Amino acid sequence: MSVLVNKDSKVIVQGFTGSEGTFHAGQMIEFGTNVVGGVTPGKGGTSHLDRPVFNTVSEAVEKTGADVSIIFVPPAFAADAIMESAAAGIKVIVCITEGIPVADMVKAKEYLNGLDTRLIGPNCPGLITAGEAKVGIMPGFVFEKGKIGIVSKSGTLTYEAADQVVKAGLGITTAIGIGGDPIIGTTTKEAVELLMNDPDTDGIVMIGEIGGNLEAIAARWIKENSRKPVVGFIAGETAPKGRTMGHAGAIVGGDDDTAEAKKRIMRECGIHVVDSPAQIGQKMKEVLGVTA
Amino acid sequence: MNLHEYQGKSILSKYGVAIQRGVVIDKLEDAVTSAKKLSEETGTEWFVVKAQIHAGGRGKGTVEETGSHGVVLAKGIDKVEETVKGILGGHLETAQTNGVGKMVNKVLIAEDVYYPGESETNEFYMSVLLDREQGCNVIVYSTEGGMDIEHVAEHTPHLIHKEFIDPRVGLQGFQTRKIAFNLGLSGQAMKQMTKFVSALYAAYEGCDASMFEINPVLKTSDDKVIAVDAKVTLDANALFRHPDYAAMRDKSEEDPTEVEADEAGLNFVKLDGNVGCMVNGAGLAMATMDIIKLSGGNPANFLDVGGTADAERVEKAFHIILKDKNVKAILINIFGGIVRCDRVAQGVVDAYKNIGSFPVPLIVRLQGTNAVEAKQLIDDSGLDVKSVVLLQEAADMVAEVLS
Repeated sequence: MSVLVNKDSKVIVQGFTGSEGTFHAGQMIEFGTNVVGGVTPGKGGTSHLDRPVFNTVSEAVEKTGADVSIIFVPPAFAADAIMESAAAGIKVIVCITEGIPVADMVKAKEYLNGLDTRLIGPNCPGLITAGEAKVGIMPGFVFEKGKIGIVSKSGTLTYEAADQVVKAGLGITTAIGIGGDPIIGTTTKEAVELLMNDPDTDGIVMIGEIGGNLEAIAARWIKENSRKPVVGFIAGETAPKGRTMGHAGAIVGGDDDTAEAKKRIMRECGIHVVDSPAQIGQKMKEVLGVTA
Repeated sequence: MNLHEYQGKSILSKYGVAIQRGVVIDKLEDAVTSAKKLSEETGTEWFVVKAQIHAGGRGKGTVEETGSHGVVLAKGIDKVEETVKGILGGHLETAQTNGVGKMVNKVLIAEDVYYPGESETNEFYMSVLLDREQGCNVIVYSTEGGMDIEHVAEHTPHLIHKEFIDPRVGLQGFQTRKIAFNLGLSGQAMKQMTKFVSALYAAYEGCDASMFEINPVLKTSDDKVIAVDAKVTLDANALFRHPDYAAMRDKSEEDPTEVEADEAGLNFVKLDGNVGCMVNGAGLAMATMDIIKLSGGNPANFLDVGGTADAERVEKAFHIILKDKNVKAILINIFGGIVRCDRVAQGVVDAYKNIGSFPVPLIVRLQGTNAVEAKQLIDDSGLDVKSVVLLQEAADMVAEVLS
């Protein structure tokens, strides 16, 4: 079992022939991901990285049976790429692009509403199921196979957490980078729910940051539905109010979206919250009662 | 991106939102002629002189040099020059300027809109913004205009109303009527309010705003509805669609170090602590700031160097961090994934050498691809750089350096 992607996932790359798309598609293929082709409008019929290039996502789906797409197109065209993927019947859409206008994402998210598709991101590192498939930009070698699932808004902080979990001897099932924008597809709660239902996942690391209330919603759901230990961290305890901290969504607006407030709610809901991001792996080991 | 009131109003006006009209000036000698011209266009005999700075609370704020408030009514053309003189070129300190006065480079001379007439004037509050939870825009409004909305939210939350906008169909007529009726309006004023709300929302969508705050929205004594103030924030990610609005950016309102960092492609926010940091990735950067605090220090900045931490970028980042004389130590925290740690280490060593006498202790934590080689490279460089691998070791080292 795994979550969202596995070795049988048929992946296409939107923005395949661009520099980002080329580099990361190459890395994904090297990892062992089943990349079946890519889309670059106007370059259909050619071949890139020994895979076919198509003009449209629907053509790519028709010819390859792709069910997962990863998007590397520039911000101005990314929302359109998401909707194109959804319209073509792609089941899991991973959008890496950072800097998409909020108004575009509001429309794209509304477009996806009711369709049988799931969006991860945008402004995210993507998804990885250890030992099976990487649909993202993370360093694959960090994510050794094991039994812990990760949900995170951040890229490098996810790698940090995964590294600690692996060094604690636990390993990773699937890591889901949900993204740091104000409007994202899959929420913290939805990602946690997927991992909670995964029989191979024994524990969940949930990493959030200042801004919005996704972590609070997830925490309340966890309180009602948890069957596995959850270790949590919220970045940005020291961030000033009203300033955007890198991620467009990482901004303290009121009293409820500070790191302190989120951590308090998470603790009240039974999540094992660490104040130091250096303690994520150790804490997971502790709560799972692993002594080795 | 934040705009000045006069810029925000110019955008609103373009979309048909009725505004309090005015003329912006940056020279005292233009004050009287501008006021006269405004008088001819609008018929106003009194003038409101408003400091144009990126901070709220201007009316209650004080100009350090003159003791004048930041928004002052000049009751007659003969009072204009004196009033402008009290504000323009001074430093205005308000509840939102963090204890430092902000230089007033421009003032807006605006028409008086509180003239007496057939009915009482009435002030309302209205904002448009994204509701992250609902994934749609929301119009927030209240009868309690002209005052601090956070105060209203705290003490009389039932007086704040919200109208959510369906992204599929946009703002509907019934919603504008509901807003007008909830604000207690009827007759001509109610019709004017529905027009105002429609135009305001069209402006919000049209300019890719991320926030509008109109406080107050005024119903005049002759039943017009106008925006007296306008706080407009645009979505920086959408500015590529609006080069004319992008040109409205006023860099003098920003921290000069942040402007320099921005021009160098570094994502930097200045803070007031004593430990500088340089990190790849926004989430890890915030986490590193938190680690500094837990180790007994305070972060001096947020800095995401991004994916390419080469010598040039690292050196630029050093220069920016070291401009702050409160910085007692610097922590570099890089999780190398696609970026190889040994390359970053080489960049750090080169940048360190280029700077010459490095004034504060430097702690470098490199983890991920080729982390061991990276540590070796730094240890062998002979430089006074403290190199660690684990995040906890970095935290301990910060504590040690500060003690």
